[in-house]
Amino acid sequence: MTVKRPNLVFSLMAFGYAFLYAPIVSLIVFSFNESRLVTVWGGFSTKWYGALLHNEQLLGAAWVSLRIAVMNATLAVVLGTLAGVALVRFQKFRGRSALALMVGAPLVMPDVILGLASLLLFVAMEQLLGWPQGRGMTTITIAHITFSLAYVAVIVQSRLVRLDPSLEEAAMDLGARPWKVFFLITLPLIAPALAAGWLLAFTLSLDDLVIASFTSGPGASTLPMVVYSSVRLGVSPEINALATILVLLVTIGIVIAGWSMQKRAAT
Amino acid sequence: MPSLNKASLWLRRQNPGRASVFGIPLLWLLVFFGLPFLIIARISLSEVVIGLPPYSDLLSWSEEGVLQLRVSFANFLLLFEDSLYFDAFTGSLCVAAVSTLLCLLLGYPMALGITRAPAHWRVPLLMLVILPFWTSFLIRVYAWIGILKGNGLINNLLLWLGWIDQPLKLLHTDFAVYLGIVYAYLPFMVLPLYATLSRMDHSLLEAAADLGCRPLCAFWRVTVPLSMPGIVAGSLLVFVPAVGEFVIPDLLGGPDTLMIGKVLWTEFFNNRDWPVAASVAVALLALLVLPVMLFERFREKEQEA
Repeated sequence: MTVKRPNLVFSLMAFGYAFLYAPIVSLIVFSFNESRLVTVWGGFSTKWYGALLHNEQLLGAAWVSLRIAVMNATLAVVLGTLAGVALVRFQKFRGRSALALMVGAPLVMPDVILGLASLLLFVAMEQLLGWPQGRGMTTITIAHITFSLAYVAVIVQSRLVRLDPSLEEAAMDLGARPWKVFFLITLPLIAPALAAGWLLAFTLSLDDLVIASFTSGPGASTLPMVVYSSVRLGVSPEINALATILVLLVTIGIVIAGWSMQKRAAT
Repeated sequence: MPSLNKASLWLRRQNPGRASVFGIPLLWLLVFFGLPFLIIARISLSEVVIGLPPYSDLLSWSEEGVLQLRVSFANFLLLFEDSLYFDAFTGSLCVAAVSTLLCLLLGYPMALGITRAPAHWRVPLLMLVILPFWTSFLIRVYAWIGILKGNGLINNLLLWLGWIDQPLKLLHTDFAVYLGIVYAYLPFMVLPLYATLSRMDHSLLEAAADLGCRPLCAFWRVTVPLSMPGIVAGSLLVFVPAVGEFVIPDLLGGPDTLMIGKVLWTEFFNNRDWPVAASVAVALLALLVLPVMLFERFREKEQEA
């Protein structure tokens, strides 16, 4: 009786993992397929990787996406850290509940609403202030920062909550100014959270189709936008190759992160 | 305490550094997150016009120098009168609710399995849940097209096995939408569940067993109630974005899969009717206010705990 249920749990778990990975494995396998028909095996080939490297449109879009993602992640970490610190360390200030709400809401808000809302704001601002002129990388970046700073703030918050305040108090007792305490004590202690937040913001931005589609203008097509339009036309083996490279990069990153986590847990 | 209050007020005034710590992100979010919702509300009350931007002004000066306020509720009436919108809303809610339930049914054993796995397996197992989340959402949805389509993997396999003579229609169906949503949002369910389950005190289960509770009963009466915070958080993290989902119904759903995110997208990009798109967004927001507030309250409580 006691043996039976864990078995059920573990077999359901195995099914869950198979479900999560079957599509990814199929993408990787068929990225090495000679045939253009994605689901018919025509022999091993790496030609789609070559085709990917010569696809100017995809490469251009990837470059646009990368620049937006780096810019977004960096600014989102700065703003998100400020928000996280304020929410955890300042118990009472005017606008605290507004800040808490606006940090929490983007986590669950549907993309279509965020996208439409940002676009309408940019159009209204252009009408009233003359800025931003037209839409493109800048407007996409601003819209991305707005929702990814929420994720950074949440990560920083959960790290700060678990932080031992006695180190900061000691520094303060020894006469350090609040800013000095923050930069010399708090910041190094929450550095892992900042790194995680940066990577998450980077990935969210690189991955976003809906918000970018709303806030983009002519000449600023991001990678997901180009992938989406080529996927709508049908299945394309080049996308499989792209997916495989992406999975490989992410796996390397996750393995390194997991390894360092386990090492830290061991010490 | 008034003197203390005054003192803190004084201190606050003395400290522009502190004000900027919360002031900068607050200002950013007010301008780029709060303000847009007012603009959406405003545009949902205007009429569509040809031009740029394609909506009418609410306030205008008439020729006699009278300030006119034109508020149009036509867009909202349309939402009620045209069954397309109503069906899309109910369709979205239904798809999101069923997908959330399916995610819970699959995600719970996964989270439980991870907590019960040997200690050195836990981090790798968690990483395996997180990994798909870091790869492109769009590409993971796209992977299902190759699996589900007429000459896709599943149909080829079933034909080869001789179980079917004709390819089944799997892609562009409601089934594909459910599958896609459960697949894409499963990690969001597993992670909060794992967070609460891993904090659970195992001796409670032993106590239940000692008191004569069978494993299934102990699961139902001890594990499930204790993991309620994870169930609520995970369900909201799946349900709310799923209601407004666009990519999955667009790529995997059929022409009769009605979901509100797709309707909003079509109104905006294909019909170029910004006021109707804005009123769809307002209605969707009204629908989601309650679950979002619930999520917010919940997060605050978790933060304090």
